Amino acid sequence: MENEKFNIVVFSGDMDKVLAAFILATTAASMNMEVNMFFTFWGLNVLRKKKLTSGKNLLQKMMNFMNRGGADRLPLSKFNLLGMGPAMMKVMMKQSKVPSIEEFVKMAKDLGVKLIACTTTFSFMGFQKDDFIDGVDSFAGAATFLQLAREGKISYFI
Amino acid sequence: MKADVTLDCFGLLCPMPIIKTAEKIKELKVGQVLEVLATDEGIKTDMPAWCKATGQEFLGVEEKEGEYRAYVKKTA
Repeated sequence: MENEKFNIVVFSGDMDKVLAAFILATTAASMNMEVNMFFTFWGLNVLRKKKLTSGKNLLQKMMNFMNRGGADRLPLSKFNLLGMGPAMMKVMMKQSKVPSIEEFVKMAKDLGVKLIACTTTFSFMGFQKDDFIDGVDSFAGAATFLQLAREGKISYFI
Repeated sequence: MKADVTLDCFGLLCPMPIIKTAEKIKELKVGQVLEVLATDEGIKTDMPAWCKATGQEFLGVEEKEGEYRAYVKKTA
């Protein structure tokens, strides 16, 4: 039997929303589903390496300086408070033995979850392949996701 | 209930008990029983759901003073 597909678009780059996406993705993989995570817009920050900035022109460099990448540097969608919210949340998650986003990325990879990065955001933000972690499986566009969704049992967007 | 292998997930929240169960079950032989110890109440419905999705046999959950023992028989 071909595995059922679970697909999720990760549009948001907020720690809380990304956490929810990874909880579902890793669980789906544990339930023998084929899992595809499609990262676009702010979601790409999860897959970015920690760099001071990136981009090809001045505007891109300014934007990417503000829009920092790195799975352990994601803001909270509420109560961000200049980074105090995420810092508190990280401690609380650790106290309850909830894996961090970085750990979830590694776990997802170990479970065979496919991490796909959106080429459109990639291009207009001026990113380069080197700005991304090695775990990215492929760079692809909307049609790729829609084809996965057509074949998929469940497709979500967050 | 008698189990061949025990997996300690005390103190772990969803989805870790399920993810660890999926990893652990690979080490069992068909017919063996896995016991999963957990404190996250979600396991009561998560474990039968996981079994349904993966085709393993769910044998039940025992609950005692906030501690849960879930039993899964490996069928495939």
